[in-house]
Amino acid sequence: MKLYEYIAKSIFRTEGILLPKGGVAQTPEEALTIAKDIGFPVAIKSQVLTGGRGKAGGIAFANTEIEVINESKRILGSELKGIRVGQVLVEEKSIFDKEYYISITVDNFLKKPIILASSQGGVNIEDVSEEYIVKKVIDMEVGVYPYLGREIARKLGMQGELMNEFSSLVIKMYNLFRKYDAELVEINPLVRSGDTLIALDARLNVDDDALYRHQDLPLVAEGEGWELKAKALGLSYVQLDGDIAVMANGAGITMATLDLLAIFGGKPANFLDAGGGAAVGPMARALSLLNDTKPKVIFINIFGGITRCDDVALAILEVKKTTDFCAPLVIRLTGTREEEAIKILLENNLSAYNSMEKAALKAVALTKPSSCCFGGR
Amino acid sequence: MAILINKDTRVVVQGITGKQGNFHTREMLNYGTNIVAGVTPGRGGMEIEGITVYDTVAEAVEQHQADASVIFVPAPLAKEAAFEAISAGIKLLVIVTEHIPLHDALQIVGYTQKNGVIQIGPNTFGICSAGQAKIGIPPNSIFTPGPVGVVSRSGTLTYEIVSNLSTRGIGQTTCLGLGGDRVVGLSFVDILRLFEKDNETRAVVLVGEIGGRQEEEAAIYIKSMTKPVIGYIAGKSAPPGKRMGHAGAIIERGAGGFESKVESLKQAGVKVAEIPSQVADYIADLLK
Repeated sequence: MKLYEYIAKSIFRTEGILLPKGGVAQTPEEALTIAKDIGFPVAIKSQVLTGGRGKAGGIAFANTEIEVINESKRILGSELKGIRVGQVLVEEKSIFDKEYYISITVDNFLKKPIILASSQGGVNIEDVSEEYIVKKVIDMEVGVYPYLGREIARKLGMQGELMNEFSSLVIKMYNLFRKYDAELVEINPLVRSGDTLIALDARLNVDDDALYRHQDLPLVAEGEGWELKAKALGLSYVQLDGDIAVMANGAGITMATLDLLAIFGGKPANFLDAGGGAAVGPMARALSLLNDTKPKVIFINIFGGITRCDDVALAILEVKKTTDFCAPLVIRLTGTREEEAIKILLENNLSAYNSMEKAALKAVALTKPSSCCFGGR
Repeated sequence: MAILINKDTRVVVQGITGKQGNFHTREMLNYGTNIVAGVTPGRGGMEIEGITVYDTVAEAVEQHQADASVIFVPAPLAKEAAFEAISAGIKLLVIVTEHIPLHDALQIVGYTQKNGVIQIGPNTFGICSAGQAKIGIPPNSIFTPGPVGVVSRSGTLTYEIVSNLSTRGIGQTTCLGLGGDRVVGLSFVDILRLFEKDNETRAVVLVGEIGGRQEEEAAIYIKSMTKPVIGYIAGKSAPPGKRMGHAGAIIERGAGGFESKVESLKQAGVKVAEIPSQVADYIADLLK
């Protein structure tokens, strides 16, 4: 779960990390009150869960009251990369000498936390060339001590008091990383003003699987529309931009199903992993959701292992009890209880493919204009 | 010969009294797995599927000289279960549990590495040495003994591919799921090394997916292998920045993309199938 900048900053502040003065506003009037309180000039920053806000016009500076009103009016209610801006963070505009980058994340391959730092801050870290990136691996049994921070600081060209400042910042960031089950703790840019270091931006991404032990955190729902609805139903769902709705069982096979449709010239509308061993109820809810998205075809691809094929057939009937499918169903079933499933489907004028490829070809064909002339199967 | 497990491997089931643990204990027994004990704290003395349940792993190890354990306990308790198994002297640990917090997974891996324990998972279907034993949850019916080693990051997709192989009369030595999480115990390279050394394995299937850089690292090792490897990578059509079901399946910060994995593997001489059913075609050609 990603946290909004202002929430991440409030958490950083509790750890004693230096930040610009500021407050969050939902209206231009609130923005003005905050600006007057902290004094001019101010920065007005859109609160959305996406990077590259500056380039997209989501960050502005204001020197006067009228500028605060105009700029916050412009940003609030605008759309940034398709996401509506509901809040802005109004902060004092910092004057600084240099920008740095620092983050703590997990290296999947090393299976350890790592610190990444760079003297080239304020830009996307992916765009910084390797030679400017300092990388340190953390041994969780040892933890982070000041020497590690000093060593990174040395490589970033810091000395004296600044080196100590940086070192203590690294420890605070690691404390946050551990305390909040973070996937990412990031400051970009971290700016130097004299001998102090200030976090102009703050990112804190919390591991979804650990949210049960962080009930004090505000729940921030990422994604829009159908993704939010699917999340509320407990489904593993990703919205795509095609017209073939997909339900499969298992993340790998669901990805492979989308790939197959794309290779055959089709456009998948979503990723939906019903999970291994899903029961009738959850699968019916998943299918209802797909039906609600109004696709051209609904493609069900099930390899029955723990998942029982007859449960899949029953889930389809369950949906049909209350509503009509708005699109043709292309069903592929194989494995556990396949025969029982086929029997149930046939009794209800439905059929299924045994091969994933043949079924995918059929699903793609149904989305092409010519296929309507042949009336389905 | 197979790798890591065989019919003599002595297995403990942690969480045996739960719904999943109970069901899969029965399935594993049906397959021929030598399950020697179960563990559920507070349920010592019970019997499940004819298997004695103990309160602690240490007791199960003492009584039955178990050398492997499979964990079915819920995610919030999985870290402790793993620590318990390792400290009881278990040498091979299969963690089936999904949604274990990332920081817990880091600590589990740290402890297994320190103790020289082989850790499969978390979020894995487990391991099956065809015709001998399976530890985990894959369907029994798909496996056939034979010369192909299979290593994968996903479950159902692996069943699909293994089932294709078996249908065409191509059997397997061992099939192993590394796990779909960001941080898991083993990497492709660890398993490729074992298949390279295994006398019975003549060819290897590697089923990868987007996210991380495991496949790229595997490609480096494959260059030095004498046995042929056939690959398949899922996630060609996945958009960047989206987690595709598995916690580990995400293209982020410009890394973990499909093309880089396929290119690296191809450069190492791996034939990469474009669709799942091609894997069996390629393997059949190789073994002709």
